[in-house]
Amino acid sequence: MTDATLAEGPARPQSALRRLLRRKLAILGMAIIAIVTLGAIFAPWIAPFAPQDQMFDGLTLEGAPMPPGEKFWLGTDLLGRDLFSRILYGARTSLIIGVVANGLALIIGTLIGVTAGYFRGWIGAVLMRFTDLMMAFPALLLAICLAAIFTPSLWIVAMVIALVNWVQTARVVYTETSALAEREFVAAEKTLGAGTARILFRHILPHLVPMIIVWGTLGISTTVLLEATLSYLGVGVQPPTPSWGNIIFENQTYFQAAPWLVFIPGAAILLLALSFNLVGDALRDVLDPTQRGRE
Amino acid sequence: MSLMKNILATSALSLSLGLASLASAQDYQPDPNAKPGGNIIVTYKDDVATLDPAIGYDWQNWSMIKSVFDGLMDYVPGTTELRPGLAESYEISDDGTTFTFKLRQGVKFHNGREMTAEDVKYSLDRVTTPATQSPGAGFFGSIKGYDAMADGSATSLEGVTVVDPYTVKIELSRPDATFLHVMALNFASVVPKEAVDEYGTDFGKHPVGTGAFKLADWTIGQQLVLQKNADYWRSGVPYLDSITFEVGQEPIVALLRLQKGEVDVPGDGIPPAKFNEVMGNPDEAKQVVVGGQLHTGYITLNVEMAPFDKVEVRQAINMAINKDRIVQMINGRATPATQPLPPSMPGYTKDYAGYPFDPAKAKEMLAEAGLPDGFETELYVMNTDPNPRIAQAIQQDLAAIGVKADIKALAQANVIEAGGTPKTAPMIWSGGMAWIADFPDPSNFYGPILGCAGAVEGGWNWSWYCNKDLDAMATEADSITDPAKQDERLQKWSDVYMKVMEDAPWVPVFNENRYTMKSTRMGGADALYVDPVSIPVNYDYVYVTE
Amino acid sequence: MLAYLIRRLIQAALILLGVSFITFFLLFVLPADPVRQIAGRSATPETVANIRHQLGLDQPFVVQYWRYLTGLFQGDMGRSYLQKTEVATLIAARLPATLLLMLGAIVAELIMGLTLGIVAAIRRGGALDQSLMITSFVAVSAPQFVVGLLLLYVFAVKLSWFPIGGYGSFSNLVLPALTLGIMGSGWYSRMMRSSMIDVLRSDYIRTARAKGLRRFRVLALHAMPNAILPIIAMIGIDIGIFMSGIVVVESVFGWPGIGQLAWQAIQRVDIPIIMGVTLVSACAIVLGNLLADLITPFIDPRIKLR
Repeated sequence: MTDATLAEGPARPQSALRRLLRRKLAILGMAIIAIVTLGAIFAPWIAPFAPQDQMFDGLTLEGAPMPPGEKFWLGTDLLGRDLFSRILYGARTSLIIGVVANGLALIIGTLIGVTAGYFRGWIGAVLMRFTDLMMAFPALLLAICLAAIFTPSLWIVAMVIALVNWVQTARVVYTETSALAEREFVAAEKTLGAGTARILFRHILPHLVPMIIVWGTLGISTTVLLEATLSYLGVGVQPPTPSWGNIIFENQTYFQAAPWLVFIPGAAILLLALSFNLVGDALRDVLDPTQRGRE
Repeated sequence: MSLMKNILATSALSLSLGLASLASAQDYQPDPNAKPGGNIIVTYKDDVATLDPAIGYDWQNWSMIKSVFDGLMDYVPGTTELRPGLAESYEISDDGTTFTFKLRQGVKFHNGREMTAEDVKYSLDRVTTPATQSPGAGFFGSIKGYDAMADGSATSLEGVTVVDPYTVKIELSRPDATFLHVMALNFASVVPKEAVDEYGTDFGKHPVGTGAFKLADWTIGQQLVLQKNADYWRSGVPYLDSITFEVGQEPIVALLRLQKGEVDVPGDGIPPAKFNEVMGNPDEAKQVVVGGQLHTGYITLNVEMAPFDKVEVRQAINMAINKDRIVQMINGRATPATQPLPPSMPGYTKDYAGYPFDPAKAKEMLAEAGLPDGFETELYVMNTDPNPRIAQAIQQDLAAIGVKADIKALAQANVIEAGGTPKTAPMIWSGGMAWIADFPDPSNFYGPILGCAGAVEGGWNWSWYCNKDLDAMATEADSITDPAKQDERLQKWSDVYMKVMEDAPWVPVFNENRYTMKSTRMGGADALYVDPVSIPVNYDYVYVTE
Repeated sequence: MLAYLIRRLIQAALILLGVSFITFFLLFVLPADPVRQIAGRSATPETVANIRHQLGLDQPFVVQYWRYLTGLFQGDMGRSYLQKTEVATLIAARLPATLLLMLGAIVAELIMGLTLGIVAAIRRGGALDQSLMITSFVAVSAPQFVVGLLLLYVFAVKLSWFPIGGYGSFSNLVLPALTLGIMGSGWYSRMMRSSMIDVLRSDYIRTARAKGLRRFRVLALHAMPNAILPIIAMIGIDIGIFMSGIVVVESVFGWPGIGQLAWQAIQRVDIPIIMGVTLVSACAIVLGNLLADLITPFIDPRIKLR
């Protein structure tokens, strides 16, 4: 819903990075993302236990989980598995899906947006009406239906999320591209007989890059949240693969007796989504000051 | 907080305890201390789908329908013993294929009209006609003319005849020892034609029966009120003036409200997270009634898919599952199972110990079957808690003998679809979907889930186990209709299930127990609160003390 | 204006048609058979085939869709496969609860969002502004089910200020409405802040100040109304976000709305209910967007309807 006015050309990368580094919140966000990423990569070395290991001493005799303590730093879940180890490995799920699903969504969105915005005519009309149609879907219901059709695995969940999330990108890219396509330098190139490919790759896409970076970063936050929600509803990644959402799904019956089982993974989701939002917002200010407002 | 319900048993009814024996049937003695009057509040998480006795097949509406409608047969409250219901008496022909029911006179529907033999015939025709789409139609398969009803070539059951206004004769196409149980199912309830005609498909929202209670108010998604039927044909009951069912209430909310005195019976039971707390508190534990349940949770092994086509492999899997650990995981609310039948079911083989938990031996057997390094397979499971958790425990046990099972946690409908599609689901954990008995008879655990009839596309025999010899034995057992030969019949059934265990198409994992919690003001025998037929409570006979 | 409205309505109808087609197709290819749910486990293959035929589920996709569509045009959304009740009745019985929840969420997000935004704008650049803006980021990054469980744990379980679940009174509404509205409050506070800042910079506010009007009067009577107007138009857009949110929030709080209806129907492939809820949601989303676009020009005359 932004009134996108024209970007004044891409900002110079170095100065953008320098300006980004002057923002405290952005640095905080990047630091958290870095920590989570390192945790995910080095999980096998950091985690005290294997994430799927159901330990005999991980449950009381009545079948209740262990509270945080010396052996299990963050306690255990309802199957007697170490929560800290599962959170670490769960970061992999969140990051992989965040990056892959959002990457796919960006590619789809950009392709559709650029095609519709540059070629206009009936192709553009059809594509944009289709985008409107997708906007009208209750996104979560659509994702649940898609997840029920394709048995969810890590990659299927990523694909489902991409299929639901490309719409916003497509709309923004469309607005931007159609504005660019009308500008004089593009018209000039056309009269000079430049090919479509040349115009797209030399003039249109470079102008879109800052916006795509911004959307790409903000979109990861949305993706992380959607994955968590799907897993929370039991239609996300399959057990025993840990995901922060399905840790909450599996343990929420105990949320009164063992709140840490719900609120520790909950905090992890929040922190990661928050970090990408902080970085994305800062990037928007730095790269593309005209892009303001929501979505 | 969703999904907190005790989903171990949803979408079905259950029966528990007690051995059915027609010979010893003795009717219930009403409680001399019982006081009439009062209203109780019962809560459920899920909406009540329908009160149409031909359609309702859910965990909540089963007992409500029991209180609004009656069938020809009934059970002695709190037991699994049959007693006559709307029928005053019945006669069985010597060959066991003709049943003649004498009806009670003067029984009135809630609309004031007297119930007659025509209504019985109409109700049986209605439930078996495909247009009704009753999930219970198949139970009436032994009535003569059923097949013609099922394929649509007849509009009335040939085997059911109205002899006079108070006599109905039902002829069977084959001897069926379970027929009286079938006539006690909700699906056999007697309904008035004019009310069904008036409301059509919406009869389920405007039920008219002969039962102890009638529907007073129904706000969809919120609450449903049943009111005492003052003209009820059984004298002295019901005691309660009304029952309010509040839906959309989380089990945990219901429990807290019960502790505050706002709820009398939380219909979904005690939520797992609160179970240890309640049972550890002597005052609260007193409010809990414990009973058995005719339920078995099992894993199916698809005998049509390698390597489960080898009996050694199936036996090895049976020895690999640590059932005690799984029971611990569900707070000890179940007993490890040894065989398909639950312990309180007639025909249960007491001296059979089942396959021992012995991973080392299991690994050896796999090696002998030519799979020293194990194999990869898939385990299907319904995606509501605690089923994915139980599946992960199974997965870990299998990993210990080298079997790598991928979990497919799907919506109930998708699992059922996979189970009924040939060569699709190698293993299925049954939790949340099956098998809780429809009536307390061993045959109920065989036909659709272990017999050849169910091992077809779209069937419920998810292990695709089809043993013609056992099918013949089963038919033989069910043609023994003479009550004097009951023991012989039960022995035959016991033999059938022992043979099943030898072939090991299932891993029986546990038999669930039932825990009903009630408010302190509720009165009536404990058996009424773990009634095998009316879950959670037999509403017709309980009362309040204040 | 009228021509614009008619064109938009036609577009909306086409969009709904597309939504119905795609949803119907997705449910058609779904690997689960509703007939097996209806027929029960004791059914013979003949019974299954018979029920399939009655429901027309043995027909090709196009025929099935056409039937559904013609029914829809006659105002018939079909009957639930499992409950046998008309879908329209089921949705009508539950829609008020969902609408109430959404209304509650709108009130909650406006109160929270606007207050935070105004305070941040007045204290622009200060520490308070900074921390409020971080709060707004937290609000948009918080998963709804975690917020819901947290509110339940703190305010219902630990403090007993509100009931743990249920429906019917104002106190039941508070926590679910807050949960559903918290994400929007994050957006609104940021928008309100920048909108306020723009207004406060504008000439007429300066004039008002120069005239010696009291600071509070200026804020309350001049600045706020002008800053709020652009935000009102955004409420229509929220519907789409709410329609996803209700599935989770209603399930966390046991709220008897259409989100729960849809979720239960999906578990048991009750196709007519899934179709019905999807279409009603899509309708609401499309209307919300349309309203937002219609209101905008009245608020900001620079934007013209095209």
